[in-house]
Amino acid sequence: MNKVVNNVTEALEGIEDNMTLMFGGFGLCGIPENSIAKLVEMNTTGLTCISNNAGVDDFGLGLLLQKKQIKKMISSYVGENDEFERQMLSGELEVDLIPQGSLAERCRAGGAGIPAFYTPAGYGTEVAEGKEIKEFNGKPHILETALTADFAIVKAWKGDTEGNLIFKATARNFNPMMAMAGKITIAEVEELVPAGELDPNFIHTPGIFVQRIFQGERFEKRIEQRTVRQK
Amino acid sequence: MALDKIGIAKRIAQELQNGWYVNLGIGIPTLVANYVPKNIEVEFQSENGLLGMGAFPFDGEEDADLINAGKQTVTLNKGGVIFDSATSFAMIRGQHVQLTVLGAMEVSQNGDIANWKIPGRMVKGMGGAMDLVASAQNIIVAMMHTNKKGESKLLKQCSLPLTGVGCVTKVITNLAMLEIKDNTFHLIERAPGVSVQEIINATEGTLVIPELVPEMKID
Repeated sequence: MNKVVNNVTEALEGIEDNMTLMFGGFGLCGIPENSIAKLVEMNTTGLTCISNNAGVDDFGLGLLLQKKQIKKMISSYVGENDEFERQMLSGELEVDLIPQGSLAERCRAGGAGIPAFYTPAGYGTEVAEGKEIKEFNGKPHILETALTADFAIVKAWKGDTEGNLIFKATARNFNPMMAMAGKITIAEVEELVPAGELDPNFIHTPGIFVQRIFQGERFEKRIEQRTVRQK
Repeated sequence: MALDKIGIAKRIAQELQNGWYVNLGIGIPTLVANYVPKNIEVEFQSENGLLGMGAFPFDGEEDADLINAGKQTVTLNKGGVIFDSATSFAMIRGQHVQLTVLGAMEVSQNGDIANWKIPGRMVKGMGGAMDLVASAQNIIVAMMHTNKKGESKLLKQCSLPLTGVGCVTKVITNLAMLEIKDNTFHLIERAPGVSVQEIINATEGTLVIPELVPEMKID
């Protein structure tokens, strides 16, 4: 089944104000840069964004924050962003902080048809407040519910016309789970190839989870913490 | 002389055991990777999705697509592997990772840890810390014994919002190495040149002191 759309404009068709969107990426690594830039241009507002992080001031989801397009962030870690802090402290932005493993599993569960699951993470902390607690093997666990989104936007290294995806290095992170959890999943890829060119043994995300795929025009791939050693 | 950050990292490195998979948090814990004893093999896991994490890349060879959980550019050792975030936390939650080393703002004598939130200040989030402390079999906290105001960080009860309950097994500070069991801190070793009295003075929680408290051996 051909999933190819011509460009980012076609890929994001149907995204409207007040929708819930998932964005793959960890920090600035493996984020769908082209789609984020297009969303800034579209000026879609009232968005609930599910993403491990919230970008930095002038890159990633920070660009949507600057234009006040985000109503609520669901993340595990949101440092490194002054505008985020300002909006959160002033009450303009709602924030739901979730343990990282629970966030990953909630997305996976959302895509896998599992409505909720028990995890030990967060037991005895404010994360557990208002949640069902049950003991298994003598250890207390909290009930966490699945997450889904109107659109999931992911970024892959290579993709084919069927929507099969391969990620590169740690740019994989949340992308595969979010690809599963979107009602419509949009994949932007660095390299789009005809079906049959990718080795089926090495596909990370099967095309069944992807509804639209396009080759991004430009990938800046900004590095957040450049750490090196000298030769 | 109390230990500096490198001294703490060196002492923690002595706790590593051959064949262990280890997750290191940001700050002092990251330094532990530099002092792995020569005669053992351990692999470092980073929760953003890699196992077999290597040194920082050489200048000019950094790859934006290869980072650790602190968002620093890293390399992958031979035999290293990449996976997604759900698989990464399956390793952690499923207790396939033998040791977690992380920093803390407070630790209590029953093993509670607080390291993610100070009420009234900007909250950045817990990241993977809650998942890590809820599941790891061995949790070593690396931190200074007292805070910037000189107040003890080893308490009867944590005052800050918790990251996890009853989970910390060992604390290694600039002054001492302590174990937590039976709702008490047990003094095991003191830092070179640090007296037992100094450790008593800097510990608010209940402290059990054996007759003999050996001095740490740090190279």
